[in-house]
Amino acid sequence: MDTNTIIKVENLTRKFNGLTAVDGISFEVKKGEIFGFLGPNGAGKTTTINMLCTLLRPTSGTAEVACCDIIKDPNRVRREIGIIFQDPSLDDRLTAEDNLRFHGYLYHMKISDINQRIPEVLNLVELYDRRKDFVKKFSGGMKRRLEIARGLLHHPKLLFLDEPTLGLDPQTRAHIWDYILKMRKETGLSIFMTTHYMQEAEVCDRIAIMDHGHIVDLDSPEGLKKKHGEDTLEKVFLKITGREIRTQAGESSWTQWMRRS
Amino acid sequence: MGDIWAIYILWFRDIKRYWYDKPRIFASLGQPILFLFVLGTALSPSFKGPGGINFSEFIFPGIISMTVLFTSIFSAISIVWDREFGFLKEVLVAPVSRWSIVTGKALGGSTVALFQGTLMLILAPLVGVRLTPLSVIGSLIVMFIIGLAMNSLGIVIAARMKEMEGFQMVVNFLIMPLFFMSGALFPMNNLPAWLAVLNRLDPLTYGVDLLRAVILGLNSFPVALSLGVILGFMLLMFAIAVFEFNLSE
Ligand SMILES: Nc1ncnc2c1ncn2[C@@H]1O[C@H](COP(=O)(O)OP(=O)(O)O)[C@@H](O)[C@H]1O
Ligand SMILES: [Mg+2]
Repeated sequence: MDTNTIIKVENLTRKFNGLTAVDGISFEVKKGEIFGFLGPNGAGKTTTINMLCTLLRPTSGTAEVACCDIIKDPNRVRREIGIIFQDPSLDDRLTAEDNLRFHGYLYHMKISDINQRIPEVLNLVELYDRRKDFVKKFSGGMKRRLEIARGLLHHPKLLFLDEPTLGLDPQTRAHIWDYILKMRKETGLSIFMTTHYMQEAEVCDRIAIMDHGHIVDLDSPEGLKKKHGEDTLEKVFLKITGREIRTQAGESSWTQWMRRS
Repeated sequence: MGDIWAIYILWFRDIKRYWYDKPRIFASLGQPILFLFVLGTALSPSFKGPGGINFSEFIFPGIISMTVLFTSIFSAISIVWDREFGFLKEVLVAPVSRWSIVTGKALGGSTVALFQGTLMLILAPLVGVRLTPLSVIGSLIVMFIIGLAMNSLGIVIAARMKEMEGFQMVVNFLIMPLFFMSGALFPMNNLPAWLAVLNRLDPLTYGVDLLRAVILGLNSFPVALSLGVILGFMLLMFAIAVFEFNLSE
Protein backbone atom coordinates (compact mmCIF):
# COMPACT_ATOMS: atom_id res chain seq x y z
CA MET A 1 0.00 0.00 0.00
CA ASP A 2 1.60 3.30 -0.98
CA THR A 3 1.88 6.13 1.50
CA ASN A 4 -0.98 8.17 0.09
CA THR A 5 -3.53 5.39 0.46
CA ILE A 6 -5.51 4.83 3.67
CA ILE A 7 -7.85 2.06 2.49
CA LYS A 8 -7.15 -0.49 -0.19
CA VAL A 9 -9.87 -3.06 -0.91
CA GLU A 10 -9.46 -6.02 -3.22
CA ASN A 11 -12.27 -8.28 -4.32
CA LEU A 12 -14.02 -8.04 -0.97
CA THR A 13 -16.97 -10.42 -0.73
CA ARG A 14 -19.38 -11.34 2.05
CA LYS A 15 -22.12 -13.92 1.83
CA PHE A 16 -24.88 -14.58 4.39
CA ASN A 17 -26.21 -18.09 3.80
CA GLY A 18 -26.70 -17.82 0.07
CA LEU A 19 -27.26 -14.06 -0.07
CA THR A 20 -24.24 -12.15 -1.40
CA ALA A 21 -24.38 -8.86 0.50
CA VAL A 22 -21.07 -7.57 -0.84
CA ASP A 23 -19.93 -8.95 -4.18
CA GLY A 24 -16.23 -8.65 -5.03
CA ILE A 25 -15.75 -4.92 -4.62
CA SER A 26 -12.38 -3.18 -5.10
CA PHE A 27 -11.44 0.45 -4.48
CA GLU A 28 -8.89 2.72 -2.82
CA VAL A 29 -9.30 5.70 -0.53
CA LYS A 30 -6.62 8.41 -0.42
CA LYS A 31 -5.34 10.01 2.76
CA GLY A 32 -7.32 13.10 3.76
CA GLU A 33 -10.18 12.24 1.46
CA ILE A 34 -13.90 12.12 2.28
CA PHE A 35 -14.97 9.00 0.47
CA GLY A 36 -18.64 8.09 0.32
CA PHE A 37 -20.70 5.00 -0.36
CA LEU A 38 -24.03 6.01 -1.82
CA GLY A 39 -26.71 3.40 -2.18
CA PRO A 40 -30.22 2.36 -1.17
CA ASN A 41 -31.06 0.28 1.90
CA GLY A 42 -29.67 -3.23 1.61
CA ALA A 43 -26.97 -2.28 -0.93
CA GLY A 44 -24.25 -3.71 1.34
CA LYS A 45 -22.83 -0.48 2.80
CA THR A 46 -22.92 -1.51 6.45
CA THR A 47 -21.62 -4.98 5.65
CA THR A 48 -18.62 -3.36 3.94
CA ILE A 49 -17.95 -1.09 6.91
CA ASN A 50 -18.23 -4.01 9.34
CA MET A 51 -15.58 -5.88 7.38
CA LEU A 52 -13.26 -2.87 7.11
CA CYS A 53 -13.46 -2.19 10.84
CA THR A 54 -12.75 -5.88 11.67
CA LEU A 55 -16.15 -6.77 13.15
CA LEU A 56 -17.04 -9.17 10.35
CA ARG A 57 -14.83 -11.62 8.48
CA PRO A 58 -14.94 -11.41 4.68
CA THR A 59 -16.03 -14.57 2.87
CA SER A 60 -13.23 -13.86 0.38
CA GLY A 61 -10.96 -11.03 -0.68
CA THR A 62 -9.17 -8.72 1.67
CA ALA A 63 -8.43 -5.12 2.57
CA GLU A 64 -5.74 -3.00 4.11
CA VAL A 65 -7.00 -0.29 6.43
CA ALA A 66 -4.81 2.50 7.86
CA CYS A 67 -1.71 0.35 8.22
CA CYS A 68 -2.46 -3.29 8.07
CA ASP A 69 -4.40 -6.20 6.76
CA ILE A 70 -7.87 -6.50 8.34
CA ILE A 71 -7.65 -10.29 8.62
CA LYS A 72 -4.01 -10.78 9.63
CA ASP A 73 -3.67 -7.84 11.97
CA PRO A 74 -7.11 -6.72 13.20
CA ASN A 75 -5.86 -5.27 16.48
CA ARG A 76 -3.52 -2.80 14.80
CA VAL A 77 -6.29 -1.72 12.42
CA ARG A 78 -8.62 -1.16 15.39
CA ARG A 79 -6.10 1.14 17.02
CA GLU A 80 -6.01 3.50 14.04
CA ILE A 81 -9.70 3.87 13.27
CA GLY A 82 -12.70 5.56 14.82
CA ILE A 83 -16.23 4.51 13.98
CA ILE A 84 -19.73 5.86 14.32
CA PHE A 85 -22.07 2.95 13.80
CA GLN A 86 -25.38 3.17 11.99
CA ASP A 87 -27.26 2.04 15.10
CA PRO A 88 -26.82 3.51 18.59
CA SER A 89 -23.87 2.13 20.55
CA LEU A 90 -23.69 4.21 23.74
CA ASP A 91 -24.23 2.95 27.27
CA ASP A 92 -27.19 5.11 28.16
CA ARG A 93 -27.09 4.10 31.81
CA LEU A 94 -23.78 5.92 32.17
CA THR A 95 -23.09 9.64 31.87
CA ALA A 96 -21.67 11.25 28.72
CA GLU A 97 -18.31 11.62 30.40
CA ASP A 98 -18.33 8.00 31.66
CA ASN A 99 -18.88 6.82 28.09
CA LEU A 100 -15.88 8.79 26.84
CA ARG A 101 -13.65 7.73 29.72
CA PHE A 102 -14.55 4.09 29.09
CA HIS A 103 -13.58 4.55 25.45
CA GLY A 104 -10.24 6.15 26.36
CA TYR A 105 -9.27 3.21 28.55
CA LEU A 106 -10.29 0.71 25.89
CA TYR A 107 -8.03 2.50 23.42
CA HIS A 108 -5.02 2.45 25.77
CA MET A 109 -4.92 6.23 26.13
CA LYS A 110 -2.89 7.81 28.92
CA ILE A 111 -5.05 9.17 31.73
CA SER A 112 -3.62 12.67 31.25
CA ASP A 113 -4.50 12.48 27.55
CA ILE A 114 -8.04 11.29 28.35
CA ASN A 115 -8.54 14.18 30.77
CA GLN A 116 -7.33 16.70 28.25
CA ARG A 117 -9.18 15.20 25.30
CA ILE A 118 -12.65 14.78 26.87
CA PRO A 119 -13.36 18.55 27.13
CA GLU A 120 -11.91 19.07 23.64
CA VAL A 121 -14.21 16.63 21.88
CA LEU A 122 -17.21 17.58 24.02
CA ASN A 123 -16.70 21.23 23.12
CA LEU A 124 -16.46 20.32 19.46
CA VAL A 125 -19.95 18.81 19.52
CA GLU A 126 -21.22 21.37 22.05
CA LEU A 127 -22.05 18.90 24.78
CA TYR A 128 -19.57 20.02 27.42
CA ASP A 129 -22.31 21.43 29.66
CA ARG A 130 -24.13 18.10 29.59
CA ARG A 131 -21.12 15.93 30.43
CA LYS A 132 -22.49 14.81 33.82
CA ASP A 133 -25.90 13.87 32.42
CA PHE A 134 -26.97 10.29 31.87
CA VAL A 135 -27.08 9.48 28.19
CA LYS A 136 -30.66 8.19 28.46
CA LYS A 137 -31.77 11.80 28.94
CA PHE A 138 -30.25 12.81 25.58
CA SER A 139 -32.20 13.36 22.34
CA GLY A 140 -31.33 11.36 19.22
CA GLY A 141 -29.26 14.21 17.84
CA MET A 142 -27.31 14.65 21.09
CA LYS A 143 -26.53 10.93 21.21
CA ARG A 144 -25.24 11.12 17.67
CA ARG A 145 -23.02 14.07 18.56
CA LEU A 146 -21.68 12.22 21.58
CA GLU A 147 -20.88 9.23 19.37
CA ILE A 148 -18.95 11.51 17.03
CA ALA A 149 -17.03 12.93 19.99
CA ARG A 150 -16.27 9.41 21.16
CA GLY A 151 -15.14 8.27 17.72
CA LEU A 152 -12.61 11.11 17.66
CA LEU A 153 -11.37 10.78 21.24
CA HIS A 154 -8.38 8.53 20.55
CA HIS A 155 -6.99 10.57 17.62
CA PRO A 156 -7.90 8.11 14.86
CA LYS A 157 -6.30 8.45 11.42
CA LEU A 158 -9.46 7.33 9.71
CA LEU A 159 -13.08 7.80 10.69
CA PHE A 160 -15.93 5.56 9.56
CA LEU A 161 -19.36 7.13 9.55
CA ASP A 162 -22.22 4.76 8.78
CA GLU A 163 -25.25 6.89 7.85
CA PRO A 164 -24.24 9.51 10.42
CA THR A 165 -27.47 11.49 10.16
CA LEU A 166 -30.02 8.71 9.66
CA GLY A 167 -33.31 9.42 11.38
CA LEU A 168 -32.37 12.97 12.42
CA ASP A 169 -34.32 16.07 11.49
CA PRO A 170 -32.86 18.25 8.71
CA GLN A 171 -31.65 20.94 11.10
CA THR A 172 -29.71 18.45 13.24
CA ARG A 173 -28.34 16.83 10.08
CA ALA A 174 -26.94 20.14 8.94
CA HIS A 175 -25.50 20.73 12.40
CA ILE A 176 -23.75 17.36 12.42
CA TRP A 177 -22.20 18.07 9.07
CA ASP A 178 -20.87 21.31 10.46
CA TYR A 179 -18.97 19.32 13.11
CA ILE A 180 -17.69 16.74 10.67
CA LEU A 181 -16.36 19.31 8.21
CA LYS A 182 -14.90 21.43 11.00
CA MET A 183 -12.96 18.56 12.49
CA ARG A 184 -11.73 17.48 9.09
CA LYS A 185 -10.39 20.96 8.49
CA GLU A 186 -8.72 20.91 11.90
CA THR A 187 -7.18 17.45 11.83
CA GLY A 188 -6.98 16.47 8.17
CA LEU A 189 -8.25 13.01 8.99
CA SER A 190 -9.61 10.69 6.31
CA ILE A 191 -13.32 9.88 6.32
CA PHE A 192 -15.17 6.90 4.94
CA MET A 193 -18.90 7.39 5.06
CA THR A 194 -22.07 5.80 3.81
CA THR A 195 -25.34 7.50 3.11
CA HIS A 196 -28.50 7.25 1.14
CA TYR A 197 -29.05 11.00 1.21
CA MET A 198 -28.02 12.52 -2.11
CA GLN A 199 -27.19 15.86 -0.52
CA GLU A 200 -24.72 14.28 1.85
CA ALA A 201 -23.00 12.56 -1.02
CA GLU A 202 -22.34 15.99 -2.51
CA VAL A 203 -20.01 16.75 0.42
CA CYS A 204 -17.69 13.85 -0.52
CA ASP A 205 -14.54 14.19 -2.59
CA ARG A 206 -15.35 10.93 -4.31
CA ILE A 207 -18.39 8.66 -4.28
CA ALA A 208 -18.86 5.00 -5.01
CA ILE A 209 -22.41 4.26 -6.08
CA MET A 210 -23.41 0.92 -4.65
CA ASP A 211 -26.27 -1.32 -5.60
CA HIS A 212 -26.93 -5.00 -4.80
CA GLY A 213 -23.43 -5.50 -3.39
CA HIS A 214 -21.65 -4.05 -6.43
CA ILE A 215 -19.91 -0.74 -7.03
CA VAL A 216 -21.62 0.45 -10.17
CA ASP A 217 -19.65 3.68 -10.60
CA LEU A 218 -16.98 5.66 -8.78
CA ASP A 219 -15.95 9.29 -9.29
CA SER A 220 -16.21 12.78 -7.81
CA PRO A 221 -19.77 14.16 -7.61
CA GLU A 222 -18.98 16.56 -10.44
CA GLY A 223 -17.30 13.85 -12.47
CA LEU A 224 -20.32 11.56 -12.11
CA LYS A 225 -22.74 14.26 -13.19
CA LYS A 226 -20.58 15.22 -16.15
CA LYS A 227 -19.99 11.65 -17.26
CA HIS A 228 -23.69 10.81 -17.27
CA GLY A 229 -24.81 14.20 -18.55
CA GLU A 230 -27.14 14.87 -15.60
CA ASP A 231 -27.34 17.83 -13.25
CA THR A 232 -28.10 15.99 -9.97
CA LEU A 233 -26.83 12.82 -8.33
CA GLU A 234 -30.43 11.63 -8.08
CA LYS A 235 -30.69 11.54 -11.84
CA VAL A 236 -27.26 9.92 -12.14
CA PHE A 237 -28.40 7.19 -9.76
CA LEU A 238 -31.65 6.71 -11.69
CA LYS A 239 -29.74 6.50 -14.95
CA ILE A 240 -27.23 3.92 -13.72
CA THR A 241 -29.55 1.64 -11.77
CA GLY A 242 -32.88 2.33 -13.43
CA ARG A 243 -34.38 3.00 -9.98
CA GLU A 244 -34.94 5.96 -7.72
CA ILE A 245 -33.08 6.12 -4.47
CA ARG A 246 -35.52 6.87 -1.68
CA THR A 247 -35.53 10.63 -1.17
CA GLN A 248 -36.18 12.28 2.14
CA ALA A 249 -38.41 15.01 3.39
CA GLY A 250 -36.97 18.35 4.47
CA GLU A 251 -34.81 18.93 1.43
CA SER A 252 -35.36 22.66 1.50
CA SER A 253 -33.50 23.36 4.73
CA TRP A 254 -30.75 21.14 3.39
CA THR A 255 -30.42 23.16 0.25
CA GLN A 256 -30.20 26.22 2.46
CA TRP A 257 -27.41 24.68 4.49
CA MET A 258 -25.53 23.60 1.40
CA ARG A 259 -25.66 27.12 0.01
CA ARG A 260 -24.49 28.62 3.30
CA SER A 261 -21.38 26.44 3.54
CA MET B 1 -0.10 -4.12 28.99
CA GLY B 2 -2.83 -1.91 27.58
CA ASP B 3 -5.17 -4.84 28.09
CA ILE B 4 -4.88 -4.40 31.87
CA TRP B 5 -6.61 -1.03 31.54
CA ALA B 6 -9.27 -2.51 29.30
CA ILE B 7 -9.94 -5.21 31.89
CA TYR B 8 -10.04 -2.57 34.60
CA ILE B 9 -12.54 -0.35 32.78
CA LEU B 10 -14.83 -3.25 31.82
CA TRP B 11 -14.80 -4.33 35.47
CA PHE B 12 -15.33 -0.79 36.69
CA ARG B 13 -18.30 -0.23 34.37
CA ASP B 14 -20.07 -3.25 35.88
CA ILE B 15 -19.37 -2.00 39.41
CA LYS B 16 -20.59 1.47 38.54
CA ARG B 17 -23.81 0.23 37.04
CA TYR B 18 -24.38 -2.01 40.05
CA TRP B 19 -23.85 0.99 42.32
CA TYR B 20 -26.23 3.21 40.31
CA ASP B 21 -28.93 0.52 40.61
CA LYS B 22 -29.40 0.44 44.38
CA PRO B 23 -32.98 -0.83 44.44
CA ARG B 24 -31.80 -3.99 42.71
CA ILE B 25 -29.15 -4.57 45.36
CA PHE B 26 -31.78 -4.88 48.07
CA ALA B 27 -34.52 -6.49 46.00
CA SER B 28 -32.28 -9.41 45.09
CA LEU B 29 -31.57 -10.11 48.77
CA GLY B 30 -35.25 -10.84 49.43
CA GLN B 31 -35.27 -14.39 48.16
CA PRO B 32 -32.21 -15.68 50.02
CA ILE B 33 -33.39 -14.01 53.23
CA LEU B 34 -36.77 -15.78 52.89
CA PHE B 35 -35.04 -19.10 52.36
CA LEU B 36 -32.74 -18.55 55.30
CA PHE B 37 -35.30 -17.51 57.88
CA VAL B 38 -38.48 -19.29 56.80
CA LEU B 39 -36.92 -22.58 55.78
CA GLY B 40 -34.33 -22.38 58.52
CA THR B 41 -36.90 -21.80 61.26
CA ALA B 42 -39.48 -24.27 59.93
CA LEU B 43 -37.11 -27.20 59.51
CA SER B 44 -34.89 -26.62 62.53
CA PRO B 45 -36.82 -28.86 64.97
CA SER B 46 -36.46 -31.95 62.73
CA PHE B 47 -32.79 -31.44 62.01
CA LYS B 48 -29.87 -32.78 64.02
CA GLY B 49 -26.67 -31.39 62.62
CA PRO B 50 -23.18 -32.58 63.42
CA GLY B 51 -21.80 -30.93 66.54
CA GLY B 52 -25.29 -29.79 67.51
CA ILE B 53 -25.67 -27.02 64.94
CA ASN B 54 -29.23 -26.14 63.94
CA PHE B 55 -30.69 -26.05 60.44
CA SER B 56 -30.40 -22.28 59.97
CA GLU B 57 -26.71 -22.45 60.73
CA PHE B 58 -26.29 -25.47 58.52
CA ILE B 59 -27.88 -23.88 55.42
CA PHE B 60 -26.30 -20.45 56.00
CA PRO B 61 -23.27 -21.16 53.72
CA GLY B 62 -25.63 -22.77 51.18
CA ILE B 63 -27.83 -19.68 51.09
CA ILE B 64 -24.78 -17.48 50.61
CA SER B 65 -23.76 -19.75 47.72
CA MET B 66 -27.25 -19.36 46.30
CA THR B 67 -26.94 -15.57 46.42
CA VAL B 68 -23.55 -15.72 44.70
CA LEU B 69 -24.82 -18.25 42.13
CA PHE B 70 -27.87 -16.24 41.12
CA THR B 71 -26.11 -12.88 41.05
CA SER B 72 -23.11 -14.10 39.09
CA ILE B 73 -24.96 -16.10 36.44
CA PHE B 74 -27.54 -13.38 35.87
CA SER B 75 -24.82 -10.70 35.72
CA ALA B 76 -23.78 -12.19 32.40
CA ILE B 77 -27.06 -10.96 30.94
CA SER B 78 -25.33 -7.59 30.59
CA ILE B 79 -23.55 -9.06 27.55
CA VAL B 80 -26.86 -9.88 25.85
CA TRP B 81 -28.12 -6.49 26.92
CA ASP B 82 -25.06 -4.77 25.43
CA ARG B 83 -25.51 -6.66 22.18
CA GLU B 84 -29.18 -5.69 21.98
CA PHE B 85 -28.45 -2.01 22.65
CA GLY B 86 -25.39 -1.91 20.40
CA PHE B 87 -22.78 -1.20 23.06
CA LEU B 88 -21.04 -4.54 22.52
CA LYS B 89 -19.87 -3.29 19.11
CA GLU B 90 -18.06 -0.41 20.81
CA VAL B 91 -16.17 -3.00 22.89
CA LEU B 92 -15.52 -5.47 20.07
CA VAL B 93 -14.17 -2.84 17.66
CA ALA B 94 -11.66 -1.57 20.24
CA PRO B 95 -8.01 -2.73 20.08
CA VAL B 96 -8.47 -5.15 22.95
CA SER B 97 -7.79 -8.87 22.93
CA ARG B 98 -10.86 -11.06 23.22
CA TRP B 99 -9.61 -12.82 26.36
CA SER B 100 -9.33 -9.52 28.20
CA ILE B 101 -12.94 -8.67 27.30
CA VAL B 102 -14.04 -11.97 28.84
CA THR B 103 -11.75 -11.38 31.84
CA GLY B 104 -13.12 -7.89 32.47
CA LYS B 105 -16.68 -9.16 32.25
CA ALA B 106 -16.01 -12.17 34.49
CA LEU B 107 -14.29 -10.03 37.13
CA GLY B 108 -17.14 -7.51 37.03
CA GLY B 109 -19.88 -10.11 37.47
CA SER B 110 -18.04 -11.96 40.20
CA THR B 111 -17.23 -8.79 42.14
CA VAL B 112 -20.90 -7.84 42.11
CA ALA B 113 -21.74 -11.37 43.29
CA LEU B 114 -19.11 -11.02 46.01
CA PHE B 115 -20.80 -7.82 47.26
CA GLN B 116 -24.18 -9.54 47.38
CA GLY B 117 -22.72 -12.57 49.14
CA THR B 118 -21.02 -10.31 51.67
CA LEU B 119 -24.32 -8.58 52.46
CA MET B 120 -25.70 -12.05 53.31
CA LEU B 121 -22.58 -12.94 55.29
CA ILE B 122 -23.21 -9.92 57.52
CA LEU B 123 -26.44 -11.62 58.69
CA ALA B 124 -24.37 -14.34 60.39
CA PRO B 125 -25.09 -13.20 63.97
CA LEU B 126 -28.86 -13.36 63.27
CA VAL B 127 -28.66 -17.10 62.61
CA GLY B 128 -26.18 -17.68 65.41
CA VAL B 129 -23.10 -18.28 63.27
CA ARG B 130 -19.93 -16.95 64.83
CA LEU B 131 -17.46 -15.47 62.33
CA THR B 132 -13.74 -15.08 62.91
CA PRO B 133 -11.37 -12.89 60.87
CA LEU B 134 -10.03 -16.04 59.28
CA SER B 135 -13.46 -17.40 58.33
CA VAL B 136 -14.43 -14.01 56.87
CA ILE B 137 -11.32 -13.93 54.68
CA GLY B 138 -11.86 -17.55 53.67
CA SER B 139 -15.52 -16.84 52.83
CA LEU B 140 -14.60 -13.86 50.65
CA ILE B 141 -12.13 -15.95 48.69
CA VAL B 142 -14.54 -18.85 48.23
CA MET B 143 -17.43 -16.55 47.26
CA PHE B 144 -15.22 -14.90 44.66
CA ILE B 145 -14.19 -18.26 43.18
CA ILE B 146 -17.81 -19.46 43.02
CA GLY B 147 -18.74 -16.12 41.43
CA LEU B 148 -16.01 -16.39 38.80
CA ALA B 149 -16.94 -19.96 37.91
CA MET B 150 -20.68 -19.31 37.66
CA ASN B 151 -20.29 -15.96 35.89
CA SER B 152 -18.05 -17.64 33.32
CA LEU B 153 -20.81 -20.20 32.78
CA GLY B 154 -23.20 -17.28 32.29
CA ILE B 155 -20.84 -15.68 29.75
CA VAL B 156 -20.65 -18.95 27.80
CA ILE B 157 -24.44 -18.89 27.53
CA ALA B 158 -24.62 -15.15 26.79
CA ALA B 159 -21.94 -15.25 24.09
CA ARG B 160 -24.28 -16.86 21.57
CA MET B 161 -27.59 -15.30 22.64
CA LYS B 162 -29.22 -12.55 20.62
CA GLU B 163 -32.21 -12.06 22.91
CA MET B 164 -32.66 -11.65 26.65
CA GLU B 165 -35.59 -14.08 26.69
CA GLY B 166 -33.37 -16.81 25.29
CA PHE B 167 -30.71 -16.18 27.91
CA GLN B 168 -33.25 -16.13 30.71
CA MET B 169 -34.82 -19.37 29.52
CA VAL B 170 -31.51 -21.25 29.39
CA VAL B 171 -30.36 -19.86 32.73
CA ASN B 172 -33.64 -20.63 34.47
CA PHE B 173 -33.43 -24.15 33.10
CA LEU B 174 -29.92 -24.58 34.57
CA ILE B 175 -29.96 -22.58 37.76
CA MET B 176 -32.56 -24.50 39.80
CA PRO B 177 -30.93 -27.93 39.28
CA LEU B 178 -27.52 -26.38 39.99
CA PHE B 179 -28.84 -24.97 43.23
CA PHE B 180 -30.99 -27.87 44.46
CA MET B 181 -28.52 -30.66 43.62
CA SER B 182 -25.65 -28.80 45.26
CA GLY B 183 -26.42 -29.75 48.86
CA ALA B 184 -26.95 -26.10 49.75
CA LEU B 185 -30.04 -27.20 51.68
CA PHE B 186 -29.16 -30.75 52.80
CA PRO B 187 -26.21 -32.79 54.12
CA MET B 188 -24.32 -34.51 51.31
CA ASN B 189 -23.49 -37.71 53.18
CA ASN B 190 -25.89 -40.70 53.11
CA LEU B 191 -27.82 -39.57 50.01
CA PRO B 192 -29.68 -42.14 47.90
CA ALA B 193 -27.47 -43.25 45.02
CA TRP B 194 -29.24 -41.31 42.23
CA LEU B 195 -29.11 -38.05 44.17
CA ALA B 196 -25.51 -38.68 45.24
CA VAL B 197 -24.50 -39.00 41.58
CA LEU B 198 -26.29 -35.80 40.57
CA ASN B 199 -24.86 -34.05 43.60
CA ARG B 200 -21.28 -35.04 42.72
CA LEU B 201 -21.77 -33.91 39.11
CA ASP B 202 -22.89 -30.44 40.15
CA PRO B 203 -19.93 -28.04 40.22
CA LEU B 204 -21.68 -25.82 42.76
CA THR B 205 -21.56 -28.75 45.25
CA TYR B 206 -17.85 -28.16 45.70
CA GLY B 207 -18.30 -24.43 46.20
CA VAL B 208 -20.97 -25.02 48.85
CA ASP B 209 -18.76 -27.59 50.56
CA LEU B 210 -15.81 -25.19 50.61
CA LEU B 211 -17.92 -22.40 52.06
CA ARG B 212 -19.31 -24.75 54.70
CA ALA B 213 -15.76 -25.80 55.55
CA VAL B 214 -14.68 -22.19 55.95
CA ILE B 215 -17.70 -20.92 57.90
CA LEU B 216 -18.76 -23.95 59.96
CA GLY B 217 -15.70 -26.19 59.82
CA LEU B 218 -17.85 -28.94 58.23
CA ASN B 219 -17.04 -30.56 54.92
CA SER B 220 -17.90 -33.72 53.00
CA PHE B 221 -14.98 -33.58 50.54
CA PRO B 222 -11.31 -32.79 51.00
CA VAL B 223 -10.71 -29.06 50.56
CA ALA B 224 -8.08 -29.67 47.85
CA LEU B 225 -10.55 -31.75 45.82
CA SER B 226 -13.28 -29.11 46.07
CA LEU B 227 -10.90 -26.32 45.16
CA GLY B 228 -9.57 -28.34 42.23
CA VAL B 229 -13.04 -29.08 40.85
CA ILE B 230 -14.39 -25.56 41.11
CA LEU B 231 -11.23 -23.95 39.72
CA GLY B 232 -11.11 -26.53 36.91
CA PHE B 233 -14.75 -25.78 36.05
CA MET B 234 -14.00 -22.07 36.07
CA LEU B 235 -11.03 -22.42 33.70
CA LEU B 236 -13.01 -24.64 31.36
CA MET B 237 -15.90 -22.16 31.16
CA PHE B 238 -13.48 -19.27 30.72
CA ALA B 239 -11.72 -21.03 27.84
CA ILE B 240 -15.04 -21.80 26.12
CA ALA B 241 -16.15 -18.17 26.54
CA VAL B 242 -12.92 -16.82 24.98
CA PHE B 243 -13.27 -19.32 22.15
CA GLU B 244 -16.82 -18.14 21.48
CA PHE B 245 -15.79 -14.49 21.46
CA ASN B 246 -13.04 -15.24 18.97
CA LEU B 247 -15.53 -17.04 16.72
CA SER B 248 -17.98 -14.18 16.56
CA GLU B 249 -15.25 -11.85 15.36
N1 LIG C 1 -26.01 -10.57 9.80
C1 LIG C 1 -26.70 -10.72 8.66
N2 LIG C 1 -27.30 -11.90 8.37
C2 LIG C 1 -27.98 -12.07 7.21
N3 LIG C 1 -28.14 -11.12 6.27
C3 LIG C 1 -27.57 -9.91 6.51
C4 LIG C 1 -26.82 -9.65 7.69
N4 LIG C 1 -26.38 -8.37 7.64
C5 LIG C 1 -26.82 -7.88 6.46
N5 LIG C 1 -27.53 -8.79 5.78
C6 LIG C 1 -28.15 -8.59 4.44
O1 LIG C 1 -27.15 -8.09 3.58
C7 LIG C 1 -27.68 -7.10 2.71
C8 LIG C 1 -26.88 -5.83 2.85
O2 LIG C 1 -27.15 -5.24 4.11
P1 LIG C 1 -26.42 -3.94 4.65
O3 LIG C 1 -24.96 -4.10 4.47
O4 LIG C 1 -26.91 -3.69 6.01
O5 LIG C 1 -26.97 -2.82 3.64
P2 LIG C 1 -26.98 -1.24 3.78
O6 LIG C 1 -26.12 -0.86 4.93
O7 LIG C 1 -26.45 -0.76 2.46
O8 LIG C 1 -28.41 -0.83 3.98
C9 LIG C 1 -29.14 -6.94 3.07
O9 LIG C 1 -29.92 -7.71 2.17
C10 LIG C 1 -29.23 -7.51 4.47
O10 LIG C 1 -30.49 -8.08 4.71
MG1 LIG D 1 -26.59 0.25 6.57
